[in-house]
Amino acid sequence: MSQTLALPRALELPGGGRLPRLGAVDAVALEARAGELAKRSIKRESKVFALELAIRMMDLTTLEGADTPGKVKAMSAKAMHPDPGDPSVPSVAAVCVYPSLVSVARRALRGSGVKVASVATAFPSGQAPLDVKLADVRAAVDAGADEIDMVIDRGAFLSGRVGHVYEEVVAVKEACGDAHLKVILETGELGTYDAVRKASLVAIAGGADFIKTSTGKVSPAATLPVTLCMLEVIRDVHDETGLAIGMKPAGGIRTAKQAIQYLCVLHETLGPDWLTPDLFRFGASSLLNDVLLQLRKQRTGIYRSPDEFTID
Amino acid sequence: MGAVEKSRKDVLPAGSWDYASSLEGRDIVSFEERYGLFIGGEQVSPRSRSWFTTVSPSTEEPLAEVAQAGAKDVALAVGAAQEAFAPWSSWRPAERAKVLFRIARILQERARELAVAESLDGGKPIKESRDVDLPLAAAHFFYYAGWADKLEYAFPGRRPRPIGVAAQIVPWNFPLLMLAWKIAPALACGNTVVLKPAETTPLTALLFADVCRQAEVPPGVVNIVTGDGSTGAHLVRSEGIGKVAFTGSTEVGKAIQRELAGRDISLTLELGGKAANIVFEDCALDQAVEGIVNGIYFNQGHVCCAGSRLLVQESIHDQLVRKLKRRMSTLRVGDPLDKNTDVGAINSKAQLDRITELVQAGTDEGAELYQPPCRLPEKGWWFAPTVFTNVAQSHRIAQEEIFGPVLSVLTFRTPDEAVEKANNTMYGLSAGIWTEKGSRILWMADRLRAGVVWGNTFNRFDPASPFGGYKESGFGREGGRHGLEAYLRFE
Repeated sequence: MSQTLALPRALELPGGGRLPRLGAVDAVALEARAGELAKRSIKRESKVFALELAIRMMDLTTLEGADTPGKVKAMSAKAMHPDPGDPSVPSVAAVCVYPSLVSVARRALRGSGVKVASVATAFPSGQAPLDVKLADVRAAVDAGADEIDMVIDRGAFLSGRVGHVYEEVVAVKEACGDAHLKVILETGELGTYDAVRKASLVAIAGGADFIKTSTGKVSPAATLPVTLCMLEVIRDVHDETGLAIGMKPAGGIRTAKQAIQYLCVLHETLGPDWLTPDLFRFGASSLLNDVLLQLRKQRTGIYRSPDEFTID
Repeated sequence: MGAVEKSRKDVLPAGSWDYASSLEGRDIVSFEERYGLFIGGEQVSPRSRSWFTTVSPSTEEPLAEVAQAGAKDVALAVGAAQEAFAPWSSWRPAERAKVLFRIARILQERARELAVAESLDGGKPIKESRDVDLPLAAAHFFYYAGWADKLEYAFPGRRPRPIGVAAQIVPWNFPLLMLAWKIAPALACGNTVVLKPAETTPLTALLFADVCRQAEVPPGVVNIVTGDGSTGAHLVRSEGIGKVAFTGSTEVGKAIQRELAGRDISLTLELGGKAANIVFEDCALDQAVEGIVNGIYFNQGHVCCAGSRLLVQESIHDQLVRKLKRRMSTLRVGDPLDKNTDVGAINSKAQLDRITELVQAGTDEGAELYQPPCRLPEKGWWFAPTVFTNVAQSHRIAQEEIFGPVLSVLTFRTPDEAVEKANNTMYGLSAGIWTEKGSRILWMADRLRAGVVWGNTFNRFDPASPFGGYKESGFGREGGRHGLEAYLRFE
């Protein structure tokens, strides 16, 4: 493990024996570009397509101390049939819960195609010994999680122990077995886009299938510019290695309008190949109903009462 | 993963995610059938009795008839400005400031109307006229309104006085913004003006005449004469003017300077450019690509300070060009009134011919051309975003101003070589430097002979920042405190 650390795969540029290039990010220009893309005007058919896609990409999430089997069952029902009044509305991609509730979600979702994602590795702080984190991951996988959302050790990253972060990701990936690994960077704690870029590369080099912005427990959570920054890393990695890494902005995305802005940024950065739930997810809890409301508006021309949409 | 495979199938084929057209309503602007000249606060028919039609470059549809001002018309306009000068220049400066503030406010209130008019008459995308031209035009009036009663502080001990009648000739690339750059400082300093908009884009200047009426600008303080180059020539030759300010081609700028030789008339020229956008290997690459795109495809490349020469450090050339080409393929060329349009129409047939001719020369000289696949509308004048690689310093496309969406890529190895190549041009209007190293930006800026040097950005404008050229890009500065100096004499 420590031998591969010197030049992790994705950090290396092929050909010519060039030095690996981390790359830099200019904050002003990055935010300007994100702001420009947020002004794209999406109407009619494009909007319906975008709204349905947003539902199919959603990781419907509950991560509260107060979560109960009842809450998770109700949310799972919603995940499978977001709009009981309209069977043409697709299911969401996954539900995302704590490890202790994975088995409940697993049973509730049986046969539906909706995935079970579980946070692990001492979520949300990541401040636990590696053994404990790995046990956390294995427990979630054993209970039936299809996807693991781990957090990186920001303390290690910010104190310069990047190798430590890398080794943890490698170890967690191994513990995941067949489960897909999403690596949460908690961008709100990293401070700069340069750090976000570096952390993204470390996570990808360590074996992440997805990189994810936030736990939802820290503000700011997902933003358009930080998502653009991470998508640009994914694009560079794809250019250099052919590896297709997924992206998951999470936290703070509450409206259909925001979701569409993210999809515009995604499409203009990575193109149509990434417009799929296996390469892009929204981590959200309250977003779904606004998307349903807007979708109904597009189809009927009328804004319905929020009471018409279930709150599970 | 089963669900993943299923969702793969659901993905629509490439291209199905397309922005539905989102047109800005054009009802907000109504053009008159015919516009006379704006002289002495009135719309008057031209003595020349001749008119011409201004068309929309994106559809070739006629928009309005406009007066072709002849020698007599120009003389009348200059006369009106002369008559208005004495009272206007003796107004209390704070009262002059109020007039400018009113203009700025009215420009903001009528921003949508003026933006639509600008895009219709000039062909630029609505997102640019809406987000750049109009806000900046209003900002210029706000900025110079603030200076009107503080001229003594701008030039302590030098007793600034207005010059008299300013003859101002503006180009077609930023019609209303260039009008603002010219008129705002002139009025703030107590001058009166005769302004000639470009032949192909007279409409926003004529709408501005109405803004002047609304803002209660005294009659004769602002006069607008429309017409072709001959109108400009009459204006420059006029007796009674004290100042000429011209923005446009280097060729015409030289002719004006010859014309004014030996006359006691102060002159400022803002002419062509062939700016170098210099990209170092340590830069933030994706943001540099954005800057390069903004530098050359903004306003279809009809920008005198456009970053039309890309100087890229050889070590990142391939990677950068790959990123650039991909980014170019996402540029949306089309209807200027569509809010999702990035690149609009070429301003005129004549300009399209010139671009086409120079691009042909580039191919003939052996440079490698790339244009992203894009459908250009049938009617109107269009040119796809273009990049040339394998360009040598001696190629025409590396030397001559194309004034279109055409980028030439050259390489360098060291900072010294970058400076040498960047300066190796007859122009010197602007330059851009892309590096994460602050000290290198300063080192380069010291050595680049260009009026404006941008660091890690491009095509940024602010009324407080002076703008102008070196060498054949002209002289004099517009904007900022420096911009006042062009409209003052000192006792």
